[in-house]
Amino acid sequence: MRPRLRRHVLPGFGLSLGFTLSYVCLLILIPLTGVVLRARSITWPEFVASVTSERALAAFGLSLGAAVVAAVVNGVFGLLVAWVLVRYRFPGRRLIDACVDLPFALPTSVAGIALTTVYSPAGWLGQQLAPLGIQVAFTRLGVIVALTFIGLPFVVRAVQPVLEDLDREIEDAAASLGATRWQTFRHVLLPSILPALLTGVTLAFARALGEYGSVVFISGNLPFRTEVITLLIVARLEQFDYAGATAMASMMLGVSFLILLTINLLQAWSRRRGALA
Amino acid sequence: MMAGTDRRTESRVVRWTLTAVALAFLLCFLFVPLAVVFMQAFAEGVRAYWMALVEPMSLAALQLTALAALVAVPANTLFGLAAAWAIARFDFPGRGLLITLIDLPFAISPVVSGLVFVLMFGAQGLLGPWLIAHDIKIVFAVPGILLATMFVTVPFVARELIPVMQEQGSEEEQAALALGASGWQMFRRVTLPNIRWALLYGVVLLNARAIGEFGAVSMVSGHIRGQTNTAALHVEILYNEYNFAAAFAVASVLALMALATLAAKSIVGRRITQ
Repeated sequence: MRPRLRRHVLPGFGLSLGFTLSYVCLLILIPLTGVVLRARSITWPEFVASVTSERALAAFGLSLGAAVVAAVVNGVFGLLVAWVLVRYRFPGRRLIDACVDLPFALPTSVAGIALTTVYSPAGWLGQQLAPLGIQVAFTRLGVIVALTFIGLPFVVRAVQPVLEDLDREIEDAAASLGATRWQTFRHVLLPSILPALLTGVTLAFARALGEYGSVVFISGNLPFRTEVITLLIVARLEQFDYAGATAMASMMLGVSFLILLTINLLQAWSRRRGALA
Repeated sequence: MMAGTDRRTESRVVRWTLTAVALAFLLCFLFVPLAVVFMQAFAEGVRAYWMALVEPMSLAALQLTALAALVAVPANTLFGLAAAWAIARFDFPGRGLLITLIDLPFAISPVVSGLVFVLMFGAQGLLGPWLIAHDIKIVFAVPGILLATMFVTVPFVARELIPVMQEQGSEEEQAALALGASGWQMFRRVTLPNIRWALLYGVVLLNARAIGEFGAVSMVSGHIRGQTNTAALHVEILYNEYNFAAAFAVASVLALMALATLAAKSIVGRRITQ
């Protein structure tokens, strides 16, 4: 860290930190402690029962599985989209680049009804897939499609700046040493992109795991079949099963913390890579 | 591979194939769904579209969405400025922890974020009995919607400003102070102009999320039409009633705002890189 000359010269430390801490306490810390306190009033057997009920396990399994698949799909196609946007020139490139962030900007309920309409058997793309025996809407495939949509920008936006900063001379050197384009990609480019790619994939996974709005329409919400964990939490709350909802929500909170930790580690790795390059 | 091929870039066939696959992926996942929103919105004609929008419940929903944004955007902009000033300009114990706490709403599922407020302020919640005794309604009422919107949008401005301010350093600000500027003058004349594009960028993203938040708001709303129904929630209600044209009409307004956000984002983003 850079040494700071005359540390106390800047004003407003007390005011800004005081305001920040009060705001964070009131809006984030106290409500979250509320969940923990509430979860403590649930007995251990009750907690285990609601978290390991067959329906909850099925929902957890689907959420985890679909989020992993969606994150991997985004890892592959996100890298491809980032590569094409950074390296190639074609008409409409800037417009398409701007549109990559659409899943961030579009309300999830709008995304949800649009994807359901597109991929329902009568929809534009559903129609094309139906003769092949592929049904997307109201199946697990639909869940994956919605989660892929919602995670799309994360990988592209994580990889893009790294690709832009890559030194082309290293690629030229690899080529002049006789490497094929694929070898250069595999042994020279991929290792430098990897930390950013993994960060993007983890972010997409985290978002997919907790996603609600875009999934609720396309999944069909069949318990044991297409019900994801966030839908089950909502269902429990609607049945006034506060203990069940809280138990599953605290599990989700735990997973969120783990993911946050992973992302911090990945970013530290990324920075070290950047410092070495 | 043929001898004499330029190995520093891909062959034309590879380039075209990769571009085509990338665009096909974006077409299936982004552009077709976006187009469908507008197609479906006008499926029953322009008149039906207009009637669906000016219908009192839709108007009330759009108004509530505007109110949520009007509260969350200034509050979290102010918070982002204060947090960035404290974090980027000073060293104090627990700084890293504070950054993690600010980022937390991004890591938590919207459903859990909403549930947090139900467990705090709901009838069965920790403060429930006290609130009922004093006849204060937070959950299933407008204050709950505002709180949930504020919660999910906490990090936007802070996380845009912190890296920018850290990179800029405080030399210019210290110079202003040394030349006799007051703290407030320094902030207005030096700090604010230096961070204005990053600030605007954060505000654009914050505003988009405040308008579009669905999961968290859905948990605390209670879905009372005309009272606690935001536009994003109204889309769901209309859709579940099989009133597709009206659902997509309201959705198209939200989609237009999303497109405006993307336009603003790319213009402001270009300013930042310059």
